[in-house]
This record gives sequence, C-alpha cells and structure tokens, in this order.
Amino acid sequence: MENLVKTFLIKHRDFIHAGKASIEIKNILKALNTPPDIIRRVAVCGYEGEMNVVMHAQNGRLNLELSATKIVICITDKGPGIEDIEQAMQVGFSTAPDEFREMGFGAGMGLPNMKKNADRFEMTSIPGEGTTIKMEFKTGDRK
Amino acid sequence: MILKARFLFGRELCSKEVLNVGASDLMSDILAADSAGSLLLTGLTTQQVIRTASIAGASAIVLIRGKVPHQAIIDLAREENLPLLTTPLSMFVASGRLYMHELKGLDNGR
Repeated sequence: MENLVKTFLIKHRDFIHAGKASIEIKNILKALNTPPDIIRRVAVCGYEGEMNVVMHAQNGRLNLELSATKIVICITDKGPGIEDIEQAMQVGFSTAPDEFREMGFGAGMGLPNMKKNADRFEMTSIPGEGTTIKMEFKTGDRK
Repeated sequence: MILKARFLFGRELCSKEVLNVGASDLMSDILAADSAGSLLLTGLTTQQVIRTASIAGASAIVLIRGKVPHQAIIDLAREENLPLLTTPLSMFVASGRLYMHELKGLDNGR
C-alpha cells in the first residue's frame, strides 16, 4: 500500500464538527481493508483527541500517517497545556467545565482510554503553549 | 416490542441480532468499553451520540424518555447509516427490560 499523510484542522468549541476527522479516518481505513479492531482503536483515540482539543485548546490539528506497518495519529494543539501529566492520565481526573460533561465528555476518561487503545502513546506538553499526543498502531503487513 | 420504541431512522437496516447493550449518557464510557455491535441506550441527543456510536461500532441507538432530536441529528444518523429509535421508557426501565430479555452489557457483563 502507498503511504498516506492527511491533516485535519480542529477548532475550539466546534462541537458540531467534533469527531468528523475520526469518522473520515475510520472510512479511509475501512476502504483499505484494515482489520475492524484496529479501525475501532484508531477511531476511538482520534475522537477522544479531537474532543480534548475542542474542549480545552484554542485550536489544533490531527495528523494521520499510514505506512506499510503502522498507523500514526499525531494531535497537536495551541492551548493551556498540561501542568501535571501524571495527574492528567489518571482515570476520572478532568478540568473540563460542566457544559462539556453535559455533552457526554469531560469525565476524565479520554487520555487513559487513548493510552489503553494505542500500541504506543506519547504525550508532551508545555504549560501556556500547548500539547502534543502521538499514538501508534501496528498493522502488520497491510497489502 | 421490548422497548415500545419507534424508528426515527433506519428500520430497514435492522436485520442483525444485538446481544450487548451499553446504557450511558457518558460517551467516554461507551468509547472505553468494547461496544462493537451493541445497542446504545442514551438520554443525550447531540451530534456526539451519533459520532460515538459510529466510532464505537454500535449497531443502533435508542433515545430514552421519548426524546426526538433535532432534524440535523437524525440526518447525521442517516449519513452514518445508524438506526435511531426513541422509547418512551426511562433509562432504568429500558435497561431492566433488556436485561430480562437476556441481553448482556458491554464487555459481555451480566
């Protein structure tokens, strides 16, 4: 399979479109006959990442990279950043305001769920500047 | 019918048997479990319900307490090919009835 790189822009508070990038990624992977379990894990991670940018950052971008053996999702945002990454990774810890909880998000599940679903999860953050999350998924030898 | 539900979209798409149900207003809980093939029971009526169900691979969505969402949400369900229903029952009663009919929770919990 040829390598593919695609970038999606994510805007703060754009709940109407939040998740669209991940649905498009799901459809791309489906068209490439990626195993359903991998598609689901990639889409879940992308979606949780999109929601984080929509809820917390000013804006961001999601970068999708496909190669023969892996899928890489990189989400970078300009935003408040994360002071204490260890605390942010704890299930149930959240700084999201109630209005986001009313939409079914912001309950402190996203980051741990992303880490659980990705084969490799890296997060770097600079308080006051932004956060970058890189996730890798092994696909084996895709035809 | 167990839930006294009516279709808002996708009656003709429902041919597969559903064995698992996830009942939650917290979309992250649905995304954190193995929701593939399940029925999503929820009181939320936003775009995120449809996108969550699509990404989690749910087979259908049932809105509780007779909720009928905005037309844009029904259109989004159509776009995602996801059957969308509404039941007059509450979350508790709807869940209880499904449980009585041998349905399992997400991750096959019982």
